[in-house]
Amino acid sequence: MPQDYIPVLIQILIALGFVVTTMLATHFLGPKRFSRAKLENFECGIEGMGNARSPFSVKYFLIAILFVLFDVEVIFMYPWAVNFKELGKAGFLDMFLFMILVLAGFIYIILKGAFKWDRR
Amino acid sequence: MELTTLLFKTIFLFIILLVTLVVAMYSTYAERKVAAFMQDRNGPNRAGPFGLLQPLADGLKMFMKEEIIPLTANKYLFILGPSIAMTTALLTGVVIPWGDTLTIGDHVYSLQMADLNIGILYVFAMVSIGVYGIMIGGWASNNKYALLGAIRAASQMISYELAMGMSIIALVLTTGSLSLHDIVAQQHGMHWNIFYQPLGFFIFLTCAFAETNRAPFDLPECETELIGGYHTEYSSMKLGFYLFAEYVNMFISSAVIATLYFGGYNMPFIDQLGLSSNAVTFIGMGFFFIKIFAFIFLFMWIRWTLPRFRYDQLMNMGWKGLIPLAIFNILATGAYYFFTSLK
Repeated sequence: MPQDYIPVLIQILIALGFVVTTMLATHFLGPKRFSRAKLENFECGIEGMGNARSPFSVKYFLIAILFVLFDVEVIFMYPWAVNFKELGKAGFLDMFLFMILVLAGFIYIILKGAFKWDRR
Repeated sequence: MELTTLLFKTIFLFIILLVTLVVAMYSTYAERKVAAFMQDRNGPNRAGPFGLLQPLADGLKMFMKEEIIPLTANKYLFILGPSIAMTTALLTGVVIPWGDTLTIGDHVYSLQMADLNIGILYVFAMVSIGVYGIMIGGWASNNKYALLGAIRAASQMISYELAMGMSIIALVLTTGSLSLHDIVAQQHGMHWNIFYQPLGFFIFLTCAFAETNRAPFDLPECETELIGGYHTEYSSMKLGFYLFAEYVNMFISSAVIATLYFGGYNMPFIDQLGLSSNAVTFIGMGFFFIKIFAFIFLFMWIRWTLPRFRYDQLMNMGWKGLIPLAIFNILATGAYYFFTSLK
């Protein structure tokens, strides 16, 4: 019911109020003595080399895509799980088939080497 | 909603916020004391008796420090990162049933602020948004260590979120509801879900460690290779928010674990004592907090006992270990009901 969410809204306001107040307070309380060297990025004490906005390993991107795929499949299971007892035996057999298919896809990506981190 | 109920809920929200912050503050103290105990040291003992004022001193120091935003950083995202991390950490507590009902005059108030029928999904949503705080902060710093930490954090958290979601599905099969209120009410007395879902509990606990970035899963900030990880460039209260959000998350995770698997505010033999309903509520609430503190201690115990994973080990455990185990758990739970009670 929509009115169940009123406390959530109040909590969002309280949390935002706390965070914004604290951020502003530290902004005004702390000293401000800037210098060029202090505002450099930290790189083990030596001068910075290049920019951090550079490409990184594609493996992380692959993980993100696989997460989206499997998370959608997990979301499908929630309505079934809530109505598990009403759907009965037929529902379980349907879901069993679905999970076998998910597992087949899962085994496929493992055999394709999606999680081999040390392969060049 | 009635005005008195709304007023009560607002006051209770403030109390819970205060309790969350104080518990998180003293978790930092407890962490250092536990670490000291395990390594045969004293720990903080200068500020106040037994060093009890140490968290206050730390907090004050965070307030008074200079805030530094690197020249090459993206200024607005740099501030937004820790703010998101802290805000989402504080939002989850709203759906947790902190106690049963409280009777004041002829009004009956529930000590759960929002009884959402999708309570568990709300918790997951907030945990997922928490990833943005780390990701945005790490990227905006424009520092290679911070970027590596942020990417690691993001891919670690999304990987373990899958196994976490699946371990919950097995739990929902037995409870038949996503509302945290219903799940706790079903565990009345000693019918705790841990006895019905032991495997699911261990999967959920492991994932909770990974989601809160606690050792042995603290690769996003692993100080031996990445300096500070995603918060390398942060200072002052912005750093404080990241560290504090971790402790708030630890408190909330402990509360969620206690709610889902250890009966929340239920305690055995409470019906036999013959107390009034308000007294039962308060005792239950106290018992709930004892459970939460036990889990916070477990978090610390494990941090100071186990070494850190290597990154490929972490990913292998998440994808090749926990996810198949969680699927097996769902099928085993389903098969149990299939052969016993299902029509």
